[in-house]
Amino acid sequence: MIYPDSKSLLEVRGLRATVNGIEILKGIDLTVRSGEVHAIMGTNGSGKSTFAKVLAGHAAYEVAGGTVLFEGRNLFELAPEERARAGVFLAFQYPIEIPGVANNQFLRLTYNTVQAQRGKDELDPLEFDDFVREKMKMLEMSPDFLDRSVNAGFSGGEKKRNEILQMALLEPRLAILDETDSGLDIDALRIVANGVNQLATRDNATILVTHYQRLLNYIVPDYVHVMESGRIIKTGGKQLALDLETHGYDWVSIEQRAAAGA
Amino acid sequence: MSAVLQNLVNQPYRHGFVTEIESDVAPKGLNENTIRMISAKKNEPEWLLEFRLKAYQQWITMQEPQWPNVKYPKIDFQAISYYSAPKPRKKLGSMDEVDPELLRTFEKLGVPMHERAALAGVAVDVIFDSVSVATTYKQKLAEVGIIFGSISEAVHTHPDLVKQYLGTVVPVGDNYYATLNSAVFTDGSFCFIPKGVKCPMDLSTYFRINTEASGQFERTLIIAEEGASVSYLEGCTAPRFDTNQLHAAVVELVALDNADIKYSTVQNWYAGDENGVGGIFNFVTKRGLAKGINSRISWTQVETGSAITWKYPSCVLQGDNSVGEFYSVAVTNNHQQADTGTKMIHIGKNTRSTIVSKGISAGHSNNSYRGLVRIAPTAAGARNYSQCDSMLVGDQCSASTFPYIQVRNNSAIVEHEASTSKIGEDQLFYFAQRGIGGEAAVSMIINGFCKDVFQQLPMEFAVEATKLLGLKLEGSVG
Repeated sequence: MIYPDSKSLLEVRGLRATVNGIEILKGIDLTVRSGEVHAIMGTNGSGKSTFAKVLAGHAAYEVAGGTVLFEGRNLFELAPEERARAGVFLAFQYPIEIPGVANNQFLRLTYNTVQAQRGKDELDPLEFDDFVREKMKMLEMSPDFLDRSVNAGFSGGEKKRNEILQMALLEPRLAILDETDSGLDIDALRIVANGVNQLATRDNATILVTHYQRLLNYIVPDYVHVMESGRIIKTGGKQLALDLETHGYDWVSIEQRAAAGA
Repeated sequence: MSAVLQNLVNQPYRHGFVTEIESDVAPKGLNENTIRMISAKKNEPEWLLEFRLKAYQQWITMQEPQWPNVKYPKIDFQAISYYSAPKPRKKLGSMDEVDPELLRTFEKLGVPMHERAALAGVAVDVIFDSVSVATTYKQKLAEVGIIFGSISEAVHTHPDLVKQYLGTVVPVGDNYYATLNSAVFTDGSFCFIPKGVKCPMDLSTYFRINTEASGQFERTLIIAEEGASVSYLEGCTAPRFDTNQLHAAVVELVALDNADIKYSTVQNWYAGDENGVGGIFNFVTKRGLAKGINSRISWTQVETGSAITWKYPSCVLQGDNSVGEFYSVAVTNNHQQADTGTKMIHIGKNTRSTIVSKGISAGHSNNSYRGLVRIAPTAAGARNYSQCDSMLVGDQCSASTFPYIQVRNNSAIVEHEASTSKIGEDQLFYFAQRGIGGEAAVSMIINGFCKDVFQQLPMEFAVEATKLLGLKLEGSVG
């Protein structure tokens, strides 16, 4: 939601990034203020997932230019774990499996690490167990999730729910959801979207990276951005997503080219 | 290969120091006179000298094994000193009289004996370069009839027992290094649990190699009579040297009817520097004979040190319904090489064995699992389950698995599972994105990977093993 007294959370200016020497992001500008929900849409290969990973600090991507301020701080001066502790959260498109590491231990370690960083109380295993079970109810997750290895053998929907569970535990300032809707059936989509909506407050913000309009029926964006070839080529309100659904991505591209030619 | 991973695995050895204790070191070289000298120094009976000489005569006809998947320069066995004993300043009656320098050594290692013995209730038979310096808890164990002390002592106090069992599990001519050990062994532990006695505490020995270029040839013999049970812990660490040190120990376990022996090892010997210079050559023969019906031999090892590890703790399952177990974590880093595994020899009916092996390779190291499961024609209804998992840290290391399975009884069931995984940047990034830094992430992944084995360790040892693995793989994360 757009609030009149919102604060600037993220300011991206002219961001360029390369992977293996190939430029993927070619100058991105984006401002996200507290309370807002942004959707970044685009075809495969348009650079939207790269944008998400660059913000989180994945080592495979090199920042080639531009600036990103997160709550006024230069994001690129922070290591990936410091960004996470500062409140940048990325829900992965393909959450990695970690065999042998129990989910409850992993969740508690991540929770306590971030709590300690924020000067808040850490929880012992018993306290944490109560706490996490409460959060899991919101996502309609069965308690046996806690005893399984992190993401190992999880279905696509289970993995995505586990991501949102971590988001619920860490209470980020800025949550970036990378294709969280992909691979979800309609029930799982509703549960996940419901979780994201419950976590949204006037102090935090969400960036939804998505291919389809479908997710936006459940999580209503304040802004919709269309990416193509590493740039944001069009920004609008929630209606833009519906127009894209009707006319396809080509419609924006053609419109842009026409505008550029005019 | 990310810088983070490189830093994590390039931790220098933290136990690298030399204790200044006067040593009584034999001149380098090996011949019959050396053996007579060792035997005379220890006032050994004639039969033991004969045992040694018989071994030596066999050894000089034998060749070093070439089949392990390890490479090292040829060892000059004449350049090694075969005996080294700290000169006792006076006869020791209690722990208070132990050389303070030695106690400081243990403190540096984080193993203060007093504390350890008191807190953990562990009897520590301290081996310091080949000679037992102090023995604790002996009295308490003696009350239930348990004999626990150095083998050189047992040769004098219980000659019949030593004579009856020595060399019965690992025969004199078994293999090159075991035969060398039989000829020149200096000391080690002896443990006898009489009929029906459950050992009231874990028995523990800390081995430590201290004199530069002195080979270590420990000999350990553990016997559990009918219905007896014991849990034995062996922990090792060594100071830093540039020249390679040969270590060729022999451990023999004998379990009679319904007896149970659990042998746990945590090994952290000097592995050489980051360029592969120096480090211990660890060529060890460990074997347990499950002689009686329903007997059980269980090996648990956490191998983190040594430049080269060549070690196959094995079980010979002779008694009907006997059980053999092998749980292993082997970590190699830098230029370490490990060729380790087990042998499960099923002879008796309905014998069962379990093998769980976890190999972790980092740096430029090479980690091989080599295991033999043999089902003899007599072993009707035998069962084996093997699981061999390898984990690679970075992309400069290698892992190999060499399972040998020989089944000569068609009622046997043998299962083998294997997997290979990798700690990659994507896993570390996932942890980082949740606020968890590189060291904590690697530690959590490795501990998760090794969980099945750590669960087998006695409690206080499990803590130590977890710490060791942390030390081994932690580093300055940038």
